Amino acid sequence: MARAHTPARKAAISAVAWTVALLIFFPILWTVLTSFKTEGQAVSTPPVFVFFDWTWENYATVQERSNYARHAMNSVVISVGSTLLALLIAVPAAWSMAFSPTKHTKNILMWMLSTKMMPAVGVLVPIYLLFRDWGLLDTLGGLVAVMALINLPIVVWMLYTYFKEIPGEILEAARMDGAGLSAEIIHVLAPMAVPGIASTMLLNVILAWNEAFWTLNLTAAKAAPLTAFIASYSSPEGLFWAKLSAASTMAILPILVLGWFSQKQLVRGLTFGAVK
Amino acid sequence: MATTHTRAAARLTLAPSVILLLAWMAIPLAMTLYFSTLRYNLLMPGMESYVGVENYGWFLTDPAFKAAIVNTLTLVLGVLAITLIGGTALALLLDQPMWGQGIVRLLVIAPFFVMPTVSALVWKNMLMHPVNGLFAWIAQSLGMEPVDWFAELPLFSIIVIVAWGWLPFATLIILTALQSLDSEQREAAEMDGAGPVSVFAYITLPHLARALTVVVLIETIFLLSVFAEILVTTNGGPGTATTNLAFLIYAQALLQYDIGGASAGGVIAVILANIVAVFLIRMVGKNLES
Amino acid sequence: MFNRTVGLALGALLASTTLAGAQTLTIATVNNGDMIRMQGLTDAFTAQHPGIALEWVTLEENILRQRVTTDIATRGGQYDVMTIGTYEVPIWAKLGWLLPLNNLGEDYDADDLLPAIREGLTHEGQLYAAPFYGESSMVMYRKDLFAEAGLEMPDAPSWDFIAEAARKITDRDAEIYGVCLRGKAGWGENTAFITATANSFGARWFDMDWKPQFDSPEWKETLTFYVDLLNDAGPAGASSNGFNENLALFQQGKCGMWIDATVAASFVTNPAESTVADQVGFALAPDNGLGKRGNWLWAWSLAVPAGSEKGEAAQTFISWATSKEYAELVAEKEGWANVPPGTRTSLYENPAYQEAAPFAEMTLASIKAADPADPTVDPVPYVGVQFVAIPEFQGLGTAVGQQFSAALAGQISVEQALETAQTIATREMTRAGYIK
Repeated sequence: MARAHTPARKAAISAVAWTVALLIFFPILWTVLTSFKTEGQAVSTPPVFVFFDWTWENYATVQERSNYARHAMNSVVISVGSTLLALLIAVPAAWSMAFSPTKHTKNILMWMLSTKMMPAVGVLVPIYLLFRDWGLLDTLGGLVAVMALINLPIVVWMLYTYFKEIPGEILEAARMDGAGLSAEIIHVLAPMAVPGIASTMLLNVILAWNEAFWTLNLTAAKAAPLTAFIASYSSPEGLFWAKLSAASTMAILPILVLGWFSQKQLVRGLTFGAVK
Repeated sequence: MATTHTRAAARLTLAPSVILLLAWMAIPLAMTLYFSTLRYNLLMPGMESYVGVENYGWFLTDPAFKAAIVNTLTLVLGVLAITLIGGTALALLLDQPMWGQGIVRLLVIAPFFVMPTVSALVWKNMLMHPVNGLFAWIAQSLGMEPVDWFAELPLFSIIVIVAWGWLPFATLIILTALQSLDSEQREAAEMDGAGPVSVFAYITLPHLARALTVVVLIETIFLLSVFAEILVTTNGGPGTATTNLAFLIYAQALLQYDIGGASAGGVIAVILANIVAVFLIRMVGKNLES
Repeated sequence: MFNRTVGLALGALLASTTLAGAQTLTIATVNNGDMIRMQGLTDAFTAQHPGIALEWVTLEENILRQRVTTDIATRGGQYDVMTIGTYEVPIWAKLGWLLPLNNLGEDYDADDLLPAIREGLTHEGQLYAAPFYGESSMVMYRKDLFAEAGLEMPDAPSWDFIAEAARKITDRDAEIYGVCLRGKAGWGENTAFITATANSFGARWFDMDWKPQFDSPEWKETLTFYVDLLNDAGPAGASSNGFNENLALFQQGKCGMWIDATVAASFVTNPAESTVADQVGFALAPDNGLGKRGNWLWAWSLAVPAGSEKGEAAQTFISWATSKEYAELVAEKEGWANVPPGTRTSLYENPAYQEAAPFAEMTLASIKAADPADPTVDPVPYVGVQFVAIPEFQGLGTAVGQQFSAALAGQISVEQALETAQTIATREMTRAGYIK
């Protein structure tokens, strides 16, 4: 049975794929639509889809009430900063694990991943006390450190699987030429590792952006990122769907755009060495 | 051989980074262990004292504990099942030539970028609500009785919401693996008269094994501590139908402010996670060896 | 649009740095409408008090509560003014965590505060928090549906009447449900409603020896009544409906009655949001002839953490935000109907307010009918109407609420729910040392 790439087949597949994709996307689309409705329309039954009086009112309200730019800026600093810090610690460690593995490397990796499974709320008070004593509450620096810490296992593991794909022979060849360790890293291996590091970065920025426990519980006014911005619109007494939808749209948009633009890089790293 | 020597040198140079990493990771765990041996309630200051393993006994005998373990595992397995099967199907679909492939792919990965709290609020009130929700409206338009999701199928509803967020992740990884599949091999099999089912079963699926393993591992890490979705939709109820381990620890820490009990719960969660990790390695770990 | 956003925000940032010389108060508050309005009036405050700048942290209720509790318990010092409820104030005041408010100014007129509300915020004769707005609960009902069914709502209905009316009005084909009540598990959700209801049925959480009472016939009667009523005359999904879900249902015209917070009155009578705005009537929360009504009492209040270095400025702010002048300021800008309700006698004596708020009289009567110091028919060792003012209640109330919601969802029987509740409560109270 040869595969026929007939237009009819392509049309059928397109139709199915578009239907499925729109279904999956629908909750987001619905949120965006709702952000342009009045609060009354947002909860009306039967629901209104496209034919209503579109209004910017919710965005105006959100704009007036919250300092969106400050929250967004904090989100950027926290997610990018924590990712960079995590990479700084993780790259050398993953490097040594990948190229000079010991008997325990696998176990260490697994143990690290398992600490990630601990519910964050179990450590909240200890961390809060530490932060208080070190003056880190409501500071961007403190959050960068915590977010780096909690995403570290994933970063190490992603990098490890990626580095392992780099053929050892190249390393040998470089050593034959008498290259030192640092030269080895900078000139030979770094170029090969860049795609893996880039995609690890991207995934981490996304995870840190959406993290809503530490970012809420360790901040007050100054360092609060977009998750706190969302929390000021969710579930007040009274109708809130349209305003929450507007706030959500504003909170999701930057990361969605980043994700869409960097889709290719993201995908390359998400292989976790799974592609041979 | 010279390599042994250089390897040793490399290990020596890089050991500090591994040690730093381990220390960095061990701080919170050590603190949790310490606090788990204290009687320590934030709302009763001045009563802190060492109590040994009492907190563990307290947490393990909680009437909701057994339900929490079962719910935690059900949630993980349910979401894994949906995302693995759905993700494979979606990846196979997206791998076909079609019009507007780029846009379709963008639409499919979008849910991954939505914060859990927001997605839970949207699903609960705008989609699944049995009176105001869109699903109820659709059901009624078709002349059916609307489903009361969070009363009749509480855990399933949460699984659906969580799975929606993780489906794009699974799809992306599987799709990447699929694209690296040697098409000559597949075409050769097709020439030999193999049908699409057997091509999938004997060629595609084995090729995807590693990607699927990765999905299982990463998702399990996050799914074991799912919490925001439950807090927003059901608060762990009705009964303990949606109380998982993370929610139980939340109740201990931020409703009771019983820090000792919550720390003990945290340690128990880590132990449970390690058991799951051991199982994972036994069951699927071989796929990770190249 | 994005550029404008950034520009505006940068402007705001610059503006706030120029005020750097001033004392900055960080205020943690709930994202309810009245507080949002207060935040919007920041300029009016800073114009009067140029030495004080305000920084707002506005969060959803549950997150706010966990934030401020963690912070005050660990002496984190992140907030200068905290918005807390009638539940926290007595507990925190007793622990010495709050600054006594004895510097509110000459013309604050604390005697004007409603006695029930004021009492709830007082510990050993000293005011520890100033009420920003107060609420009780009452019956909101649809006059048109009642007229259609030939029913007349008395000002002070009994539970029997409510049950009968609810069943009569219910018309499932037309999606009209006789009564909407809270069902979502949580100490501030279904547990609050059911506890207040239980008071009017003669039930109580604990006896004088702190022994849980869920095995009493009164509790069985309460829970059976509640579950049967919602099964017969409640909306689908009742077991996951909280305040907001029911509000949406009522505004869409799907509830014949709704028994909930008095502040909801201003939402359901607002024509911009509610499709039934002109058809809403009000009545006191029901009773069972035992001398207690099923209404609760709550006040969102402003307090200052003990040891705050900005105590004086903080009290200046609190005095402003809970004053009569503040009410006039809101009235001037947004109309009398939007003034924070339920805190001052003078507001309810104001003819302009009475005219703008058709629910004023019933709100006041409901607040007056609640007595946190003596909430139950039989004596109890605790304070609080819809809660028990002990630190353990948040966790315990949520666990018990889960059992109630399971009974409502039909997963377990009423007997099983109460039996489990009794076990959980005995266990928690023993650990906490109440039961020796």
